[in-house]
Amino acid sequence: MGGDDDGAALGRGGDLVTEAQVWDALAEIPDPEIPVISLVDLGVIRSVNVSRDQVRVEFTPTFLGCPALEMMRDAIAARISELGADVQIDVISDDSWSTDRITSQGREKLRASGFAPPAPREVGGPQLVQLQSNAFRCPYCGSQDTTLENIFGPTPCRSVRYCRSCKQPFEQFKTI
Amino acid sequence: MSAQELLELADDELILGWRNSEWTGIAPLLEEDVAFSSIAQNEIGHARAWYELAARELGTTADELAFDRRPDEYRCSRLVQLRLVPDWAATIARHYLYETVDAERIAALKESDDPEIAGLAAKIDREEAYHRMHAQMWFERLQDEPRFKAAVDELRPLLEVRDEHTPELAELWEEMTMVRRSVAGATW
Repeated sequence: MGGDDDGAALGRGGDLVTEAQVWDALAEIPDPEIPVISLVDLGVIRSVNVSRDQVRVEFTPTFLGCPALEMMRDAIAARISELGADVQIDVISDDSWSTDRITSQGREKLRASGFAPPAPREVGGPQLVQLQSNAFRCPYCGSQDTTLENIFGPTPCRSVRYCRSCKQPFEQFKTI
Repeated sequence: MSAQELLELADDELILGWRNSEWTGIAPLLEEDVAFSSIAQNEIGHARAWYELAARELGTTADELAFDRRPDEYRCSRLVQLRLVPDWAATIARHYLYETVDAERIAALKESDDPEIAGLAAKIDREEAYHRMHAQMWFERLQDEPRFKAAVDELRPLLEVRDEHTPELAELWEEMTMVRRSVAGATW
């Protein structure tokens, strides 16, 4: 933040709450449905502002019908309150979240736990012919010999694919 | 965009979401059970987002708009009102027709002068892309099937009908609002 002194924001009772502390705290909150990645890894925290006694967090939903959204918002509020600050969470339902906002660290954590991370979004968005191609890599064995089983999966953000090489079905994060 | 136009959109998505959810547990393939349940969840999420915009304009809440109006006040298309379970060909025909027209509507809304409408439409479009791919996949599979073609021809004219309220909508409304009407202050 231009002009902001990172160490100067005030919390209650003499505690100092800095933007860096808020980001660190948010990085400890797991995604309710894919707990291997944090809300920061998921890229849903658009901004953090600390001014005087208040922390303001801008939060962007992933999928609009995702039942985890309220849990995420409540978890953010609870975690920041633990830091001793008042918190205001603004839910921003604009077009600013896409799976391209998942951090590279988050993508690696997804892959390590058996979720194929989303392919980068291309101009014009995903097409059926791409999903039906073998451009997707199995998170278990790394083979690209995988097929689309179902565009939809156990949560709105996932498709289901099958690896012909290691004979393993796996969940593919949708690109949106 | 007027509150009435927002309600058309929200009502379409809410009612279609409920209709799609009627396949949960009984779809002809397990994969379709998952697909229609997921599509239903998305559509109801979109409905909520549009109701929230309408509610702000009308000074009410999304829940009140979704569940506290009388069935004859809904502005949804007749196409989404129909209870099509257990007719799979007709269900896919409706899915294909709706997604085709909805794509045009969303594309137009993305160009809206109101940044809030345009932003929300763009966000919704990212999710709808997967509904369209699913509809496209089934269209390619069923396009030469006579029962499917007949269902498309029969259902297509209903898309534009918004002033007729079928008994099926009233029945769905009873189911949809039962908890809310029986428990004071119930929320979803």
